[in-house]
Amino acid sequence: MTLTVEHATLPVLGRLPAHSSRTEQIAHIAEAAKQIRIQDLKLVHYAGAGHIGGDYSAIDILATLYGAVLDISPATVDDPERDRFILSKGHVAGALYTTLAAFGFLPVEELATFLKPLSALNGHPNRTKVAGVEANTGPLGHGLPIAVGHALSAKLDVSMRRTYVLVGDGELQEGSNWEAMMAASQYQLDRLTVIVDRNRLQQGATTKETNDLDPLPEKAAAFGFAVVEVNGHDHGELLDVLSAVPFRPGKPTFVIAHTHKGHPISFMSNNVAWHHRVPDDAEFAQALKELS
Amino acid sequence: MTVTDRPSIADQPRYDCRDAYVETLAQLAEADHRIVGVVNDSVGSSKLNSFRKAFPDRLINVGIAEQDMVGVASGLANGGRIPFVSAASCFLTARALEQIKADVAYSNTNVKLCGMSPGVAYGELGPTHHSVEDIAWLRAIDGIRIIVPADPIETAAALRWAAASEGPVFIRVSRMSVPKVYSDDYEFRLGKAITVRDGNDVTVISNGTVLWRALAAAERLAEEGISTRVLSMPTVKPLDTDAVVAAARETAGIVTAEEAVTAGGLGGAVAETVVQHHPARVSILGFPEFAPTGSAGYLLDRYGLSPEGIADAARKLVMTGK
Ligand SMILES: Cc1ncc(C[n+]2csc(CCOP(=O)(O)OP(=O)(O)O)c2C)c(N)n1
Repeated sequence: MTLTVEHATLPVLGRLPAHSSRTEQIAHIAEAAKQIRIQDLKLVHYAGAGHIGGDYSAIDILATLYGAVLDISPATVDDPERDRFILSKGHVAGALYTTLAAFGFLPVEELATFLKPLSALNGHPNRTKVAGVEANTGPLGHGLPIAVGHALSAKLDVSMRRTYVLVGDGELQEGSNWEAMMAASQYQLDRLTVIVDRNRLQQGATTKETNDLDPLPEKAAAFGFAVVEVNGHDHGELLDVLSAVPFRPGKPTFVIAHTHKGHPISFMSNNVAWHHRVPDDAEFAQALKELS
Repeated sequence: MTVTDRPSIADQPRYDCRDAYVETLAQLAEADHRIVGVVNDSVGSSKLNSFRKAFPDRLINVGIAEQDMVGVASGLANGGRIPFVSAASCFLTARALEQIKADVAYSNTNVKLCGMSPGVAYGELGPTHHSVEDIAWLRAIDGIRIIVPADPIETAAALRWAAASEGPVFIRVSRMSVPKVYSDDYEFRLGKAITVRDGNDVTVISNGTVLWRALAAAERLAEEGISTRVLSMPTVKPLDTDAVVAAARETAGIVTAEEAVTAGGLGGAVAETVVQHHPARVSILGFPEFAPTGSAGYLLDRYGLSPEGIADAARKLVMTGK
């Protein structure tokens, strides 16, 4: 099986006009998330590799950010004043590429090169190859320090630009995150928003069985963050909280987005086997049916 | 001892060295209660599920936290355990390098570092997941024995040796399937090269997943009348300098072929030796840059680590040689 341009079927959705209503925005995000999931499923199935479980738990967050929150467009992708989004859980590169394509940063046809020899679309994102990628992540625990650095540079510039970083919950077991969180609160980076994809699974097991993170809200609060919990698949909740910057003046924000790995596919959802399993033909057909 | 009388090494059945790794580790753990595994959410990728079942409280999973993992291993060793740290080589060696230097090497603790899926085994996952720098980094640190096994037999033998010998060891364990290069009675000897094919025109020094490719290159060169000595160099540190000097003296030059960067790995070690003891021409094959997107096989071929690529480099030395 090979991925070809025929499998790059994603419609380019772009952004709604700024004056659109909240209801219109939410509908737009929902449509984007659905289309991104369908396209991402095809990438993983036909390329024969990827991290679909983590892709699917993050896609509603990505669609909300790019669809209605981030002040960034294909025209401003190099503008120093753009908002920054850093994907720290870099293994969900497929979801990021598909999102970037949905909002016009990347030609849809280019998705057909995913993982192929010499493709810009590597298994982990590369900012030197793909417009819109801010950091070469893949090793976990790198995005949050980079985000703190960017938020600090914005503060030094007395700029209103915002910094968002998406981290996995398993990823939070890396100490570098907590070092960065201490710095973020020390420097009162209230235009920094850390979003945790709280799907409670990591590569081989649940986070609880492996190295429990709870009580996560209390830990983040103790590290000086304003903590908010949302349903990470509810576009309205995500839109409201991610648009509210600063959430508490003087404090960086820690959004715990409760999600399910593999959401909303019946046989993938909350199933650790789908960290990097590839759907076979029958599973592909079933997932496509559930999404459509 | 070696298996070079077969039709072609390239046509032999292939094995994932992780299988030999877990099987041997379980046998060692059965025989010695001091042995424990230490992992970073890498139970599945190290194929340690059966080990966990057999020794539930002797597989320590610290979560995704490599610095902690190596520090904890050092403490376990301090308490009399023999920890086998088992993690993707890229994260084990890059993320925990200072723990490896200070807590393991400088402190001389009895920690066995097992770098899983090293080199470019992770192919399309890209340079963040490639572990081609590990050999160069660890070579620069005093006191770590570095072993790069070529097949399942050598993987098992090196593991048994590591369990029996005191002190820090780094062993690469590949997931890329390889044919057997050695026969079952192979015994690992630290710091000793093995002449897996004799020859006197040119020498190829190799190890790990590339060794069988070097043998396949020698088969091709033989058809052209070029006699190639293939030295297996499973121990990168301490290096068998006698074997290297002999090759420099007796053949037209040395090609080094390894799944690692071209600066500071086996090639670097060989070049340092040759330059100081018997200057000779050395051609170093490996990865000179961050690799582009591609499968492991594609990348090995692209950077001249295919049988043809290795044969080309050897031929060049012979053509312009002595
Ligand atoms: C430093 C580092 N160690 C290990 C890995 C291997 N790895 C890739 S994804 C993953 C699990 C990540 O879990 P989580 O952050 O919860 O992501 P999600 O479950 O949302 O995909 C692991 C251990 C890595 N990429 N980086």
